[in-house]
Amino acid sequence: MQTRPKIIGTAAKRLEDPRLLTGHGSYVDDKTPAGTLHVAFRRSDQSHATILSIDCSEALKMPGVVAVLTARDLEGLVKPVVATSKMRDYHATPIYPLARDKVRYVGEPVVAIVAESRYLAEDALEGIAIEFDTLPNVVDPEQAAAPDAPLLHEDAGTNVIVRREFLRGDVDLAMAAAAIRVNRRFRFHRKTPMAIETRTYLAEYDQGRKSLQLHTTSQIPGIIRDVLTDILDLPTVRVVAPDVGGGFGGKASVYQEEILVCILARKLGRPVKWTGDRLEDLSSTSQGFDEIVEAELGLDEQGRILALTAEVVGDIGAYSIYPWTAGLEPVQVVSFLPGPYRVAHYRGRVRAVATSKPPTGPYRGVGRPTSTFVMERLMDMAAQKLGLDPREIRLLNFVSQEEFPYKTASGIVWDRSGFTECLTSACAAFDYEGQRAAQAVARAAGRWVGIGIASYAELTGIGSRISASPGMPINTGTETATLKIDSTGAVTAAFGVASHGQGLETTLAQVVAEELGARLAAVTIIHGDSAAVPHGTGTYASRSAVLAGGAATLAARALREKVERMSAHLLGVTAAEVMVADGFAFVPGSDKKISFRELAKAVYSEVGRIPAEARESLEETKLYDPFFGTTTCSTHVTQVEIDPETYVIKVQRYQVAEDCGRIINPLIVAGQVHGAVAQGIGAALFEEMVYDEMGQLLTASLVDYLVPTAVEIPSIGVSHLDTESPSTVGGFRGMGEGGTIGAPAAIANAVADALNHLNILIDELPVTPERIFQLIKNKEK
Amino acid sequence: MSAVMNIKLTVNGVVYEKTVEPRLLLVDFLRQDLHLTGTHAGCEHGVCGACTIIVDGDSVRSCLMFAVQADGCKIETVESLARLGSVDSLNPLQESFRSHHGLQCGFCTPGMLMTSTDLLKKYPLATDEEIREGLSGNLCRCTGYEHIVQAVRTAVGQREESEK
Repeated sequence: MQTRPKIIGTAAKRLEDPRLLTGHGSYVDDKTPAGTLHVAFRRSDQSHATILSIDCSEALKMPGVVAVLTARDLEGLVKPVVATSKMRDYHATPIYPLARDKVRYVGEPVVAIVAESRYLAEDALEGIAIEFDTLPNVVDPEQAAAPDAPLLHEDAGTNVIVRREFLRGDVDLAMAAAAIRVNRRFRFHRKTPMAIETRTYLAEYDQGRKSLQLHTTSQIPGIIRDVLTDILDLPTVRVVAPDVGGGFGGKASVYQEEILVCILARKLGRPVKWTGDRLEDLSSTSQGFDEIVEAELGLDEQGRILALTAEVVGDIGAYSIYPWTAGLEPVQVVSFLPGPYRVAHYRGRVRAVATSKPPTGPYRGVGRPTSTFVMERLMDMAAQKLGLDPREIRLLNFVSQEEFPYKTASGIVWDRSGFTECLTSACAAFDYEGQRAAQAVARAAGRWVGIGIASYAELTGIGSRISASPGMPINTGTETATLKIDSTGAVTAAFGVASHGQGLETTLAQVVAEELGARLAAVTIIHGDSAAVPHGTGTYASRSAVLAGGAATLAARALREKVERMSAHLLGVTAAEVMVADGFAFVPGSDKKISFRELAKAVYSEVGRIPAEARESLEETKLYDPFFGTTTCSTHVTQVEIDPETYVIKVQRYQVAEDCGRIINPLIVAGQVHGAVAQGIGAALFEEMVYDEMGQLLTASLVDYLVPTAVEIPSIGVSHLDTESPSTVGGFRGMGEGGTIGAPAAIANAVADALNHLNILIDELPVTPERIFQLIKNKEK
Repeated sequence: MSAVMNIKLTVNGVVYEKTVEPRLLLVDFLRQDLHLTGTHAGCEHGVCGACTIIVDGDSVRSCLMFAVQADGCKIETVESLARLGSVDSLNPLQESFRSHHGLQCGFCTPGMLMTSTDLLKKYPLATDEEIREGLSGNLCRCTGYEHIVQAVRTAVGQREESEK
């Protein structure tokens, strides 16, 4: 016990696994208190229409129906949710739990039916008659941005909800002087996060205490608590996110159904539950990026970037989502577009446009899947013009180690990260030269084989000086850790984060165990509960390892000092002589040793053993704020082969090298990368929410919306750079989203490379066999 | 929908006699009537595989069966895998999922485990391609499948050890 065991950095088995493997997890839908009522929603089947009348009389007569509510029944019970912002030229769009006066997308909740079972509630949907007066659809974002377009939100006076420009240098002059210019109109279609667990909410109201408890499939229980307290005007609200079956951003906003079960539980005095089905998930959970980007890159004759311009139109759907606003996704496309490269002259303009489709919201990678797709395609297009290898043009333009910290053209600061090192490492692990040689042989044999590279940088673990979404008024930049050794010697650590697959019960326990000197299995992590800490927002934006890991480190260090001070009294030495490890305080080189359990007993129960004036409770709360955050980067290299007859694309090899700073648990890091890459491959090749010109969803089941299976996803290699962030306590960087950022670009470049002999450019994702067929057919014309 | 039917079936070795509506889905019967909430409903249209259970020796989607169709059947759910269902006595497949980090949010995991249990009983699973093909009826959104394939691969090895 002379040296403290290293726990951070080990592939510890996850502490949450035994319950999840045996069917003993506790997801929201697993809980059904006695007397629970169930809700079903009649949703809009119109994209944009005025509600003329709603007749609920038949539904009210149906078996088991307890209540039927429309927006009119909610007047005075709830305030609308409004995502405000400090951004100029921003128009908030109030969100009501049920549509008032008009509907703005197919799937918007209009009527809530409450019944004794989910079956009976759904039966009664047949008894609702809504008369709509159809309004002009607002489906195409470019048309919707036109001055004479029909308005979705009359109060806003425009469908352009956000407008923003980033400008550095004299971009027009620099572009005009460029020896090489490449430009294109790129399109990245709408997708959906598609967690396997659908959204589910259970509200219980204690009338005696006037207190509301919500169990929710949410990534942001603290934010939900704060907003519910406000809009429902309730003194006590507790929001619990228990085991949550994946989120990926789709569970990181406040939802209408979530508010509604709370109103109903209070109104009806019984627990009220809503369990969404897959159709409801596909048609009403916040969707991911939907963007058109016209971009141009100018370079000198050696391949050095001179100037970059972009015009982005983001289709944000019907509402500016709470709390992130409609600026979250499209604004980050322009703010991250310059990527890990030196770009002296830049102009990025963005318009976020409302359309009569479900709202887009945060989705894994936010903005950067699109910005990386565009920038990395431009880099490859430029490399081809210059006769450079894709690897060489990137090495030539990366911000180098000497240049850190580097302020990008949009104002983001890259603190320090291994841009070049990731590319070199990924190419080495991929055997880039060997694979290029093999590709040449395959091509000579008539096979369509392509190799693609994508590099990116992202800001993670963002602190209070930067908003997680531009102009958003709520603070997401701090995290609180409360550590306790209770009277039994048990260690608990409570946070505002909300793990939903990331394994934070394990990684945060690793940090606490090492910094405090506790046994890993003896540390219990409390998360996903708004009552656990005074302020917490949740898990999103690759923040939890950095912010909660930092807060855990600070609190554990302070608590260890307390343990040393208290133990010193009991062991008859000075605090400086005491060491703490493995759940014991001890004096090295002696037999003086006391367990946490004995220590806790002495502190709390055997009150005479420590002088009253020296006695301290064994708990610590620390707040951590990384202020700006830190830079995570990565390079992906992949090889694809396209069947020349069916145009089916097979991803054959995939290698990632990433710099996520100090690694807490390498197995969990690898798992995050694999899963995020799989979602990125899905976005690149399969996943698309298709809406017709009437605003109707055509991919409304998992038969039509294709999620990759184990057959479509290749084995994925991951190389870790062994570094530490210079900017964060603990040296951690966030890494949960990165795979989804790099994969679409890498796949797009590989597909473009495979089709190079046909002189076809890839500018649209997902690239499906149908799209390749059309591209080839159009070329032949 | 007032008609009800009596059914008798064995779930995880326990015989149940229940009265149910003919339209009650088997997954809802397991979760709500028997309180076996380990089986999860992910899509309710037979694509995602989260609700996979074993009925009379074959893996089945419990969202595509009515409870009344299971009358007289022998059913195993994820709760049957560990000895006495205890978190302290994982079976080798569960241990392998844990060692390889073959689960993240855990929502698809019961279905993955039951499908894998069926595959391990019936197929050689000599290559990773065969394992991936066998798992292709179960969606996972967290892991990218890599660690799940490794977990099943290890379980195949253990199966061969125990057969020697």
